[in-house]
Amino acid sequence: MKLKINHKKIRKARELARMITRPVQEYIEEHTTISIERASLRLCGSSGATTNGEPIPNTITRDLSDKASKGLVKYYINALIQKKLNPDSLNQLIKDGFKLSSLPLVDFKQIQDKANQLVDTFASKIQGHNEYRRNKIDQYKNNENDPLLYVIVATGNVYEDVKQARAAAIEGSDIIAVIRSTVQSLLDYVPEGPTTEGFGGTYATQANFKIMREALDDVGKKENKYIRLVNYASGLCMPEIAVMGALERLDMMLSDSMYGVLFRDINMYRTFVDQHFSRMLHAYAEIVINTGEDNYLTTSNAYDKIHTVLASQFINERFALNSGMPRHLIGLGHAFEIDPSLKNGFLYELAHAQLVRDIFPEHPLKYMPPTKYMTGDIFKGYVMNSLFNFVGKLSSQKILLLGMLTEGIHTPFLQDRYLAIENAKYIINNICDLNDELVIKENGIIQKRANEVLDNTLAFLEKVSSLSLFNSIEEGLFAEIKRKKTHGKGFKGVLKKDVDYFNPFEQHMKKILNMD
Amino acid sequence: MKAYGDTLDDGKVQLSFTLPDKNNPKTKEAAKQYILQMGFSDCTISHTKTLSDGFTFFIAYATSSVDIDYDKVKAPPQLEFETMDFDSINLFIKEKIKRKVVVVGACTGTDAHHYGLERYPMIEAVNLGAQVSNAKLIDKAKEYNADCILVSQVVTQKKKHVENLTELIEILKADKLRDRYIVCIGGPGITHQLAVKLGFDAGFTKGCYAEDVATFIIKTIVQNK
Repeated sequence: MKLKINHKKIRKARELARMITRPVQEYIEEHTTISIERASLRLCGSSGATTNGEPIPNTITRDLSDKASKGLVKYYINALIQKKLNPDSLNQLIKDGFKLSSLPLVDFKQIQDKANQLVDTFASKIQGHNEYRRNKIDQYKNNENDPLLYVIVATGNVYEDVKQARAAAIEGSDIIAVIRSTVQSLLDYVPEGPTTEGFGGTYATQANFKIMREALDDVGKKENKYIRLVNYASGLCMPEIAVMGALERLDMMLSDSMYGVLFRDINMYRTFVDQHFSRMLHAYAEIVINTGEDNYLTTSNAYDKIHTVLASQFINERFALNSGMPRHLIGLGHAFEIDPSLKNGFLYELAHAQLVRDIFPEHPLKYMPPTKYMTGDIFKGYVMNSLFNFVGKLSSQKILLLGMLTEGIHTPFLQDRYLAIENAKYIINNICDLNDELVIKENGIIQKRANEVLDNTLAFLEKVSSLSLFNSIEEGLFAEIKRKKTHGKGFKGVLKKDVDYFNPFEQHMKKILNMD
Repeated sequence: MKAYGDTLDDGKVQLSFTLPDKNNPKTKEAAKQYILQMGFSDCTISHTKTLSDGFTFFIAYATSSVDIDYDKVKAPPQLEFETMDFDSINLFIKEKIKRKVVVVGACTGTDAHHYGLERYPMIEAVNLGAQVSNAKLIDKAKEYNADCILVSQVVTQKKKHVENLTELIEILKADKLRDRYIVCIGGPGITHQLAVKLGFDAGFTKGCYAEDVATFIIKTIVQNK
């Protein structure tokens, strides 16, 4: 069941995306951020926190703030060499008050040699994870659902999350995402250690990642499945969370090039520079990224604004490709958010979903359930989710974020999640090969709608291209939200790279990802 | 007044819940006892399902003998008005208010959410985004000379959201600004009754859309003139 796609128009859209991202990419190449520097320190092995909770990478960044534009890895490595310590011991020394800035630099050759060692350590760790993951996915591929069923847990307490995640895995989900504590995207540090309190979610910390990873590997063994773990890299610490995800073998990460700017009021330069480094890490660690286009539909009329979703997908795709990411890791997002009272709304949802499927054939598309029109009427909500599951399966989406019948009321009960999984499994099985059996009527409602959306998308991309992406965001073209170029959080943390900027991890990843 | 299943006064209620133990006859009996101890009778467990080891889900039907004296029931305060549509709202503002209506909105301490008020040409909607402190919200309301402050509270987690909301009203009152703005809350877990109780002018539950909020704001502005 495919749409008739105008390939010339698709090529034009991709060309426009290239033109739109080019000036941004040029800016990105010349800049780093304090979060990228902290992330790079973490890649060297810097971790832990001082007694008042400040993470060591933040301590280092504060101490060496005037050197950040040269790349802070150099100074950390310098200390490893001069103090003859391993990273754990150096971290402890810094915790006890030692300042990296107190040491003069040794000659660069020594730093380069040590850097190579650290890069090798990092490389083998990640390659090990990648191989493990590939083997497990292959081993259990007959037990996966198609689409993969994605559910969310988040109690604020990682140990409670583990219980819910285990239950969800046993009930049949393939992917577990842990929603973060809502304040986290605006924190300019990543909290240290396991956490048992959060507001609207659980903090993303490396320790929490490790705990969940272990729990899911354990339940996966019992269920003969590889359970994928998702977290959210968005926010001021995107690169650091990307590092943690890579080190702890997460499988998917939320990573959007514009979400932070539009919906969290984070400075656009900061976001664009951070997302590039983060996505290189995701690509290197074979982590699928999910993008946040669902947000355009929850904040605006889904029928009218679907073209902004498709436009954003082209832009997100281009930024991801610019980060060396292969298409099979670019899990572009979209959602089922048309007003349920709209006549033929189902046909339009199908048109939109199939259009995205046909334009991005290799991509593990993430399809998200209705939220805007979900109310306290849980029975209606359950039916809306059923239609969503039907469209998701029929249009061959890859990742199905399951709708909860109680979306309009509270965060899911265990039973809500069970009902959602049972619903999806029933529909997926019951209509399994329907996609192969149906042909879309030529010049019918669905085909016409798809054509219209593509045309609207092209017109929109032309406008963005003529204004520039930065100006387009300022003028509120995306999600009708205006964000000024130099406003928003985190702008101070964007730094122009010095001529002698050094980041061996970035160099290594660029080489392996064939970005040179 | 009793619940109505298929006959007047039959008191039939549908329930579902999860018990934290294995799916076995003992847990099923516990589910029945649980329902009976809630005051129900004639309980039938229509469906039992293992959620995972240690959790079992029940769907049940039971009879309640509770009888409400309907005559004695008093309805809490309601928002009474007829929602206008997009075009009528813009026209009303042009003709009756004769300038743009300014709404400063934020999601204090919660996830991102917004109202679609940005789409109205006669409304200047300033969306401060997520995690905005009450102090900043008030500062921006002053800066933009707002008519209305709109708080979106999507997350409801224990007492925290109520504390945040009451703090906003308290600061406004302390700064003698309470009467200068129309202050509203929107989101799941909010009812108009709760909003009024906390000192707000209106509360908009899930199921209310931009037109409802806009209609209330513009009618209140004209009323207050």
